[in-house]
Amino acid sequence: MRVMVIVKADKKSEAGVLPDKKLLTEMGKFNEELVKAGVMLAGEGLQASSKGARVRFSGGKRTVIDGPFAETKELVAGFWLWQVKSKEEAIEWLKRAPFDETEVEIRRVFETEDFGEALTPELREQEERIRAKAASKR
Amino acid sequence: MTAPDTHRAIDAVWRIESPRLIAGLARMVRDVGLAEELAQDALLAALEHWPKSGVPDKPGAWLMATAKRRAIDSLRRKKRLEKKHEELGHELDAQQERSMADFDTAIDDDVGDDLLSLIFTACHPVLSTEARVALTLRLLGGLTTEEIARAFLVPEPTVAQRIVRAKRTLAESRVPFEIPHGNELNARLGPVLEVVYLVFNEGYSATAGDDWMRPALCEEALRLGRILAELAPEEPEVHGLVALMEIQASRSGARTGPSGKPILLLDQDRGRWDHVLIHRGLKALERAQALGGSLGPYALQAAIAACHARARTAEETDWARITALYDALVQLKPSPVVELNRAVAVGMALGPAAGLDLVDALTSEPALKGYHLLPSVRGDLLAKLGRFDEARAEFQRAAALTRNARERGLLLDRAAACARGSAV
Repeated sequence: MRVMVIVKADKKSEAGVLPDKKLLTEMGKFNEELVKAGVMLAGEGLQASSKGARVRFSGGKRTVIDGPFAETKELVAGFWLWQVKSKEEAIEWLKRAPFDETEVEIRRVFETEDFGEALTPELREQEERIRAKAASKR
Repeated sequence: MTAPDTHRAIDAVWRIESPRLIAGLARMVRDVGLAEELAQDALLAALEHWPKSGVPDKPGAWLMATAKRRAIDSLRRKKRLEKKHEELGHELDAQQERSMADFDTAIDDDVGDDLLSLIFTACHPVLSTEARVALTLRLLGGLTTEEIARAFLVPEPTVAQRIVRAKRTLAESRVPFEIPHGNELNARLGPVLEVVYLVFNEGYSATAGDDWMRPALCEEALRLGRILAELAPEEPEVHGLVALMEIQASRSGARTGPSGKPILLLDQDRGRWDHVLIHRGLKALERAQALGGSLGPYALQAAIAACHARARTAEETDWARITALYDALVQLKPSPVVELNRAVAVGMALGPAAGLDLVDALTSEPALKGYHLLPSVRGDLLAKLGRFDEARAEFQRAAALTRNARERGLLLDRAAACARGSAV
């Protein structure tokens, strides 16, 4: 499965202050470990929201709102895309990340098989067979 | 944390730590089988302690320390036994003293070499291909015997036996735990890449309704390939294989329709291709090319796959370049199957008549006798030339030869279309 690991913004990242050398080195090491383990698919850091914009949709109307945006803690400052076997594996990896004071979020990415429509007739039929079997054994 | 939560966390720690753990231990005890047993002992200890004490902050270090203590115990026992027999002289004693002293420094050394040695040992030529696959997934992928059995549709005891025998063979053949040097490295890399690609293809050939462990093999193989690419970054074919797998995997969401019917490459909705994987594949191919020299078989196949990945629509496909790449592949690895693929590319680049000439030259090839894709390709070219009667006969022949029910349906549809005097 794939997970997106979402790092939230803070006052510093919103002020455009780059992480200090120590954190950069530690983060570099952590990223290297992720790559070496075949876990990291992608990852990027985002610039301050003052350099971004939002487009608000309301009915047929589109309004452009320039950054910065107020609710700092809700803003995304960076993300990773990881390939892992389970949510627990993602948690174990994230626990090794060199963060100090923050909350980092793990979210599962939708995969083809997560969609109901993608459940093929064969699969449905197989499931029904298994259920019927289980029922007959009762 | 509840007990099941802790167990899931231990599973995750095991997946992350076990290859390094086993590799580090194997270097100390010089026996992969024993190393795995020691690692398993440490896992059992974790399963006993962690639900009570919680998962330690550095779970990897905890497991290594536990396994190391057991390794030393086992060496001491062995030494006492050997002393009792008095068969071995001071030389061996000294050697074992040394290896015990090595324990502390060994852990902090570069784990990369150990992991690479472990991969080469698991894929050693003294082992059968099945044994190499099982051992690699077990030691490097951290998969359980049960998971491997489910993935390969074989009974669990069969896999367990394969692994036990493989470990015994490695010990009996005194296979050294090391990275091969010089020319041998190249020769030994072949079987390693073959194992990884075999695992990938097994997963890729999974069909709807199969156990979920089967398609998961694709992810396992990709992970192994990506690890290998960082362990042996100077080897172009490693990047070639990774590129090939990434690009092939990028199409997995687009290659079957809602009813499970296969969709051929040129008919796929390219918007459903996974662009993260395509990007990674193209990058890996660049890495292979940047290392210089002529491309190896995996990199060439990746380059062909990349031609498709780069084309925004099927019509944009650079068939002339694909033909040239197949030319190079035929030179490097002459095979009737590659020739057949080349004929398809020529048929697209220069027209169906040119492709048909090449396919006709292959019809007497004994290796392709009974291969359903030969009549299938021939039927396609004949249909494009408007020779529908001959085309229909070829599609019917192909349908009779394939073992895949889905594919048979597709071929019979085409035969029926030919009977109506239409190519599709």
